[in-house]
Amino acid sequence: MENIVEEINNETEEKYFDKPISPLKEIWYSLSKNKLAMAGLIIIILLILIALFGDFIMPYDPCVGELSESLQKPSSTHWLGTDEQGRDVLSRILDGTKISLRVGITAVAIALSVGLTLGSFAGYYGGKIDMLIMRFMDIILAFPSMLLAIALMSTLGKGIDKAIIAISIVTIPHYARIVRGSILSVKESEYVQAARVIGNNDLAIIFKHILPNVLAPIIVRATLGISIAILDTAALGFLGLGVQPPYAEWGTMLGSGRAYFFNANHLVLFPGLAITITVLAFNLLGDGLRDALDPKLQK
Amino acid sequence: MLKYIVKRLFLLLPVLFGVTVMVFIVMHLFTTDPAEIILGQHATIEQMAELREELGFNRPLHEQYFEFLTGAIKGDFGNSLITKTPVVEEIGQRLPATLELALAGLLFATILGVTMGVISAIKQNSIFDYVSMVISLAGVSMPIFWLGLIFIVIFSLKLGVLPVAGRIQMGYEPTNITGLYLIDSLLTGDMVAFKSALEHIILPAVALGMYSAALIARMTRSTMLEVLGQDFIRTARAKGLFERIVIGIHGLRNALIPIVTVIGLQLGTLLGGAVLTETVFSWPGVGSYTVNSILKSDFTVVQGSVVYLAVIFVLVNLVVDILYAFLDPRIKYD
Repeated sequence: MENIVEEINNETEEKYFDKPISPLKEIWYSLSKNKLAMAGLIIIILLILIALFGDFIMPYDPCVGELSESLQKPSSTHWLGTDEQGRDVLSRILDGTKISLRVGITAVAIALSVGLTLGSFAGYYGGKIDMLIMRFMDIILAFPSMLLAIALMSTLGKGIDKAIIAISIVTIPHYARIVRGSILSVKESEYVQAARVIGNNDLAIIFKHILPNVLAPIIVRATLGISIAILDTAALGFLGLGVQPPYAEWGTMLGSGRAYFFNANHLVLFPGLAITITVLAFNLLGDGLRDALDPKLQK
Repeated sequence: MLKYIVKRLFLLLPVLFGVTVMVFIVMHLFTTDPAEIILGQHATIEQMAELREELGFNRPLHEQYFEFLTGAIKGDFGNSLITKTPVVEEIGQRLPATLELALAGLLFATILGVTMGVISAIKQNSIFDYVSMVISLAGVSMPIFWLGLIFIVIFSLKLGVLPVAGRIQMGYEPTNITGLYLIDSLLTGDMVAFKSALEHIILPAVALGMYSAALIARMTRSTMLEVLGQDFIRTARAKGLFERIVIGIHGLRNALIPIVTVIGLQLGTLLGGAVLTETVFSWPGVGSYTVNSILKSDFTVVQGSVVYLAVIFVLVNLVVDILYAFLDPRIKYD
């Protein structure tokens, strides 16, 4: 009898007094149940692997072609055909993964760091600092973002690094606004007041106490932001303002393939599909993260 | 209400001022010398210096900005460096084309987005719901310029049912009243022009509107689901109203505020997106004109058209904000 009681007690202890699940594990648990988000995550991992090890699986050199083999339709030797200079489209698309991911992730990282800092100061200090920062953000938001990115590219010049800068600048206000809003909502909370009372300085309060507690919407926006940055890079490339040939950027490939698409549809079809699949993967993961991080949506 | 509108208009002034400063600074960091653009690479140093003096490019920046600002207030953005025609005239000729395309894109996006969103919400978790959600996910993930090119391949090259590019068949232009070909041809009863303009606008409008349609569908679905779960919907059903009245009058009307806001904000997005769509379909609007001017380094045109489009964008967003306050009595005007 005693044994049974002990067993039940142990079981109850295990069940109810177990170590609390860490927030990260909780998010992962919730995310792993979302099939679409997992599909997005798997595609992203695959894309990262292609970006890292693509050089080893590329059938041909992406930047060098045989003019005698130009504009060939997909075949067993060139699975996705060749472009106007006889370069293998599949190799170029695989190579383009590197550029798209690099631009997407770097542009978001820059915009996020600047937006996070500006938004934090605006929200935390309020008053004139807030007004100054947010009015400046309003001015950037007063332009249709694609138009401003194009105008900036015309000043900065063409190229991958310049595309990253232009795309970062036009998206900074989105992050600044989200961070500011989140900070305003918790600024007067007890834990922030407590952190102040025990003598933390403002920077420590913002970066050590407030930001870790308002990260959820920022992470979601950043994930979705990568897909927007990839789309914008492709658009700049398509217009001839972004990454320059011979580099294989998907938008640039679409732009140069456009001249031949009357008799070589594959030059337009495949780079576009690559962009769509990549953007879709980040959108799926972003949507999944939003559901996993939003307590209201958790069952 | 009037006080609120006036206040919002005043708040707009610093933003618009900031817009002109920003465009001016960005454009004056231009690496190419305007004198070189006008005279070409073979001009002598003396000729270039003379032209710079004549056009005022060697004056202090603040003086040049002041002249730009006073000109902009009067609606004068100077002359194109290449064609020498006034920038405002060039933009004025192309603006109706851009507006027509953006409005047609918005109309398509609204009809498709709201219909898909409402049906998905009513038939939640059905096959229709899944299919429409997949379409809207694809819609926000596809580059609009790629979609445009694919449309051209399918509908113009393979099926041959719609034209590849342009706004209307040459020589069919209707009498100019509003500048919008579809409306002008209807007003003058010129059905041949209307048919041609309609055929030309379908592909660019659908390509342009697809992204917005997807966003509107997602917004409509989630708002409708929220509204349909409310008590007053249950009451409406309990008192025996027809389902279409419950959905249409009680449901959709209450879900309308966030939907209208998204639709309104899309007009601004569509104006920006027109830059790409116009390039793909050789649509003679402000967007393609701006891109061509950038590629030719014609910076007075870029300066003028960017300010012009930004002002329209800001005003459209303001109208949406005011409409929002007007539709939702819970929003306080002060």
